[in-house]
Amino acid sequence: MSLLHRPHVSPEHVTRVRHLLMAIRGDKLALFALLIFVFYCLVALLAPLLSPYDVNSTDFMDLENAELAPYWQTGDSRFLLGTDTQGRDLLSVILYGTRLSLTIGVCAVLIQVLLGVSIGLLSGYIGGRLDAFLMRVADIQLSFSTMMVAIVVLAIFQTMFGNAAYQQLAMLMLILVLGIAEWPIFARTVRACVFAEKEKEYVDAARILGVSKLHIMLRHILPNTVSPILVILTIQIANAIVAEAALSFLGLGMPPSQPSLGALISSGFNYLFSGAWWISVFPSVTLILLIFVMNLLGDWLRDHLNPKEIRG
Amino acid sequence: MSLLKLENLSVTFGNFRAVDQISYSVNEGEVLGIVGESGSGKSVSSLSLMGLIDYPGKVSADELTFMDQDLLSMPEAQRRKITGSDIAMIFQDPMTSLNPCFTVGYQIIEALKTHQGGTKKELKKRAIELLTLVGIPAPETRLSAYPHQLSGGMSQRVMIAIAIACNPKLLIADEPTTALDVTIQAQIIDLLIDLQEQKQMGLVLITHDLALVAEVAHRVIVMYAGQIVESGPASEVFSAPQHPYTQALLASLPESAAGKARLEALPGVVPGQYDRPKGCLLSPRCPYATDHCRNVEPASQGPLERQVKCHTPLNAQGRPAA
Repeated sequence: MSLLHRPHVSPEHVTRVRHLLMAIRGDKLALFALLIFVFYCLVALLAPLLSPYDVNSTDFMDLENAELAPYWQTGDSRFLLGTDTQGRDLLSVILYGTRLSLTIGVCAVLIQVLLGVSIGLLSGYIGGRLDAFLMRVADIQLSFSTMMVAIVVLAIFQTMFGNAAYQQLAMLMLILVLGIAEWPIFARTVRACVFAEKEKEYVDAARILGVSKLHIMLRHILPNTVSPILVILTIQIANAIVAEAALSFLGLGMPPSQPSLGALISSGFNYLFSGAWWISVFPSVTLILLIFVMNLLGDWLRDHLNPKEIRG
Repeated sequence: MSLLKLENLSVTFGNFRAVDQISYSVNEGEVLGIVGESGSGKSVSSLSLMGLIDYPGKVSADELTFMDQDLLSMPEAQRRKITGSDIAMIFQDPMTSLNPCFTVGYQIIEALKTHQGGTKKELKKRAIELLTLVGIPAPETRLSAYPHQLSGGMSQRVMIAIAIACNPKLLIADEPTTALDVTIQAQIIDLLIDLQEQKQMGLVLITHDLALVAEVAHRVIVMYAGQIVESGPASEVFSAPQHPYTQALLASLPESAAGKARLEALPGVVPGQYDRPKGCLLSPRCPYATDHCRNVEPASQGPLERQVKCHTPLNAQGRPAA
């Protein structure tokens, strides 16, 4: 009895988020990656404030300034990173391009998550015929490569509705195509997790209490599948950005009037050997660094979201 | 008055009968022990009471009533109201019975909210009362702990708190101590029996642990391959087993091997789907089996409160009577 009333010291309550924050402070590489990623996000958000020129104004594009080399070669302080073939300030275009690339990547992956997680949950929890049907759909979807689907859909769209309509809707189309093409990656992972989780007795306990199926799926099982979802999410955003860049490079992505990083690389590619290397190289470096830190972060998350490590 | 009554309950998975026509009843304030080795259908029968058998499993019974309400024919929603509040269940592994993503307090309060409701403050107060009742020190701070911060014994105490949250009339404990270490086992059982006596609940205690059943149960059921082979008052069944299987179970206890070099063991395993013998299901393993046993399945015999499913029940000397 005396034991019950003795003042009690309990271990400090540590949430998952705080655990991660504590862990990342000890890992220099991950911290570096996180800082760069945050920097990219800020740049993307604040592009209109940061860029030295207003990309929407009519005098932004001036062919007289075309293909000017970076500041340290020309001494021209108007254009820090030089200009592209149409006389646009490269720094401004890269800032806006980063914004576009990140937006497309994040939105496309949000569609993947929304579709994938809900299909995965249903498939895993209900099981049976629904599961067999949904997973075969996923197999079919995955057997077409993303690039192939994207190229076919975007090319058809371009020829059917013409270039003008395409220029307006390019971003939306890219998001939809990349989003729909890769949902099975999330669906399969979530389904596998649900299979493991639904055998656990806390699910039975919830069923005994009379909790509804939907509530069990969303409130009891979903939180236990968040870790793998987060890891794939990071990697998938990087993949979507790369896919978008590749499509833009092929001329099927963003139009030259609103270039993403991939479209910029593509527009400078023809001038690479004629001396105007900066048009392609700066956007490339920007893209590579972004993908690199996202992959680093994804790897790090995979190591640290393992629930077994959070114990204690 | 009998709380729970089942008559010829069967659970089948395809052609396989995991539970084969079992009948028993539990009265108010009674502790019923169900024993048997792994695979004898103890857990499946309790899961079927709670309505947790999923397709392709099928539950059928001539009668399955709780306080004279037919559990099988009532709508799902009504049944869920009974299970969880009037019938509660404690599972085997406390480490997986709590959702790792939520705090202990959240999970207790969710259970309370589902069946009773009340303001946040009341619910929290009640949760603290429950934790105190099951002997968890510093319950206020434990409310914000996550399951991985609790030991196995603590988690099982929390599970018990959740189970008794709605003052159930019947508690089903499916091997509540199997996953715990020995010193904690005794504490958890003491706690369960204390609560059972305080609240005059019916308690169905499913376990491998014969010594435990002998000590706390009023009546005991011995199951083998989905069938009830012997039932009766705990003291009688254990002092004078009438079924060879019960005798073998008791002989395999380490206590009864005192002075011997080896523990007694019943050779073989419980028959599964494809190796069900004709006649008595125990016949391939039974030391007393005759050709009659191998061909004809025995019926339960004896008075209602002391039944045995054997052609040649054992006498007081532990030898076949006939």
